[in-house]
Amino acid sequence: MFEDPAIWLPFTFAALMGLSILIYVVLDGYDLGVGLLFAVANDDEKDRMIGSIGPFWDANETWLVLAVGLLLVAFPIAHGVILGALYLPVALMLLGLILRGVAFEFRVKAHARYKRLWNRLFFIGSLVTALSQGFMLGLYVLGLEMTAAHFAFAALTAICVAAGYAMLGGAWLVFKTDGDLQIRAARWARIGLVASAIGFAAISAASPLASPRIFDKWFAFPEIALLSPLPLLAGAAFVGLFALLGRMPLKNDRWAIAPFLGGAAIFVLAFAGLAYSFYPYVVPDRLTIYEAASDPESLLIMLYGAVIVVPVIAGYSALSYWIFRGKASADLYDH
Amino acid sequence: MDPLALARIQFAANISFHILFPAITIGLGWVLLYFKLRYVRSRDMAWMDAYRFWTKIFALSFAMGVVSGITMSFQFGTNWPGFMEKVGNVAGPLLAYEVLTAFFLEAVFLGIMLFGFRRVPGWVHTLATFLVAAGTTLSAFWIIALNSWMQTPAGYDIRDGVIHAADWWAIVFNPSMPYRLVHMLLASGLTVSFLVAGLSAYRWLRGDRADAVKRALGTAVRLAAILIPIQIFAGDQHGLNTLEHQPAKVAAMEANWTTGANVPLILFAWPDEANRTNHFEIAIPDGASLILTHDPDGVVPGLDQFEGNHPPVAPLFWGFRIMVGIGLLMLAVSWWGTWRLWRRKEASPWLARALVAMTFSGWIATLAGWYVTEIGRQPWLVTGVLTTADAASKTPAPMILTTLLMYLATYAVLLGAYVTVLFYLARIGAKPTGEPEEGAIQTTLGAANVAAGGN
Repeated sequence: MFEDPAIWLPFTFAALMGLSILIYVVLDGYDLGVGLLFAVANDDEKDRMIGSIGPFWDANETWLVLAVGLLLVAFPIAHGVILGALYLPVALMLLGLILRGVAFEFRVKAHARYKRLWNRLFFIGSLVTALSQGFMLGLYVLGLEMTAAHFAFAALTAICVAAGYAMLGGAWLVFKTDGDLQIRAARWARIGLVASAIGFAAISAASPLASPRIFDKWFAFPEIALLSPLPLLAGAAFVGLFALLGRMPLKNDRWAIAPFLGGAAIFVLAFAGLAYSFYPYVVPDRLTIYEAASDPESLLIMLYGAVIVVPVIAGYSALSYWIFRGKASADLYDH
Repeated sequence: MDPLALARIQFAANISFHILFPAITIGLGWVLLYFKLRYVRSRDMAWMDAYRFWTKIFALSFAMGVVSGITMSFQFGTNWPGFMEKVGNVAGPLLAYEVLTAFFLEAVFLGIMLFGFRRVPGWVHTLATFLVAAGTTLSAFWIIALNSWMQTPAGYDIRDGVIHAADWWAIVFNPSMPYRLVHMLLASGLTVSFLVAGLSAYRWLRGDRADAVKRALGTAVRLAAILIPIQIFAGDQHGLNTLEHQPAKVAAMEANWTTGANVPLILFAWPDEANRTNHFEIAIPDGASLILTHDPDGVVPGLDQFEGNHPPVAPLFWGFRIMVGIGLLMLAVSWWGTWRLWRRKEASPWLARALVAMTFSGWIATLAGWYVTEIGRQPWLVTGVLTTADAASKTPAPMILTTLLMYLATYAVLLGAYVTVLFYLARIGAKPTGEPEEGAIQTTLGAANVAAGGN
């Protein structure tokens, strides 16, 4: 079946889009999470926290542009349907992204007396962004239906996604900071972990119940046996990470990156479960990736570009993480 | 209210806000590279100080551009779902190439440019500065390619009512693309010249006579003096290209109601669309024929050829005159400044005041120009292919109105904060960032007064 470009091209683009969303969620997840943790950090810590994400946040957000861009260009009809249904949460998310994006700059460039205001806006922007993304996830999982019950479920996923981001943010700070902040960050990450476990369980339980198709995909033999490692691994990751965060930081700062990788692994597993549940649909139970895809010729010309350019992007992104390796400091701004 | 009108206002508000910042970053990226290279060659700290100061403003402008750009990538879908359904096969790859080749490049190397000065070798830092400038320009290239294709589509087939790409070279380099790209890049260069000159003049007026201030002032004034005649020529060429491909737009710009020879150039008029005539007209005989056909007896198409199917006249007529008027003002001020700096090696208070008043002139001219070209495409979204009304979403009006008000409030506050912070940064000048300053009045109103030339 993969000889037909009308099959393999949409599949490839769905995979690319999924990958962009996943990378976005993990990468912007940690810097949004750092923004959420502004709520509990003191002023000195805030400067170091910003220092730990300053060189990266902009590139992290670009993955969102790529993901929504791929949805727009590869599955234009689905883009209209999904963004039309999620009109208000999308607008709120954009407002959140605007506020936090500019607060990064304004908090150090405006008059010192406005720094607290911009710090607060940075937190509010991060919170609004995280909540609206979680809200959209909840609505999407249940098939974009707009009833009070669906909104209640979406409110739950909103809180859990925000908690998951806070967990990633805390884990990132364990990796990029030291001293008192590192100890506190481990504690924050642990609290976030517990809340995100609830969200993970809620979505895992709700999506098969909301859609008989998803139920059949999971609870038939042999699928259930083949798929069982997924929830088991996720459970193990939650327990392991919970134990690990209780001991962080370790002596000589060993394994400082482990909580972040563990947190990212949880997001990867959750994403894999969702991808399996929804394939081949791009709009749940309504529109498949094959029905929604653009022209094969247009997809092909984008694929040429992606094949050449994406490795280059990965390369210079890695270079940037290597240049800014090590613990972050507050006076990162040297311009 | 009409949902179509609301969707258009919302998109126009967002895109107008957005363009202000790329208009700065595209040109400022290259100015920063120039400062950096001058420093590398001379090891003169004044160039480095200028680089550092303007890097702050670049970073702030870049952040404003990024967040409003992300908003736009969503509004394509929320406001104009019909656009991608109909022309997605052409628009999609162009947008995808922008993200892939330009966005990531800018974003990653901006991090290195802003924060990596002490972490990477000098040449890598200079390279990062170059890649950021190249990224912003490349980004403009793809967006202008798409916009120009919407104005003058080429290289496509229509099958089953949907556009399919036939010839990518013809799509990217469509008839109006080279003209629009050059015109926009020069507009950005001029916007930056007057921004740099204006803020430097403001520092100079406040008694900050540091070498870095004088260098930036001199560079900016001379750059403007070089760019403005090129821009006037490029604009004229762009106008002739528009006459060839979108004659209705030019007829509306000139408020020329009747086709004929010896068409006058209208300097001032009150276009009356209901009666299809002008009131209070002041005109130069044969002027429009001369400019558009380079012959006083040349025949110029009028709006009578496009009755019922041409863009609204008054916004185009006025937008075009505002843009040209500012262009002429730019010519006068930059040549005066260059002459003064050449003869006396130092600005004068009157020159400095004029430059401060012109700080944001590039923004106004750029916006006026874009209004002319975008409103001038109406009623089409893609000329001859898709009307704006057919592309609009079915989102209910109250929902659009709510988000519109939210965006407008946000943009108003951010624009105020941006202008205020620019002048605040200019006041603290060489002092370290964030250091409190005694008696600084931090109100938007205060900055607006300064921008308007008062003090």
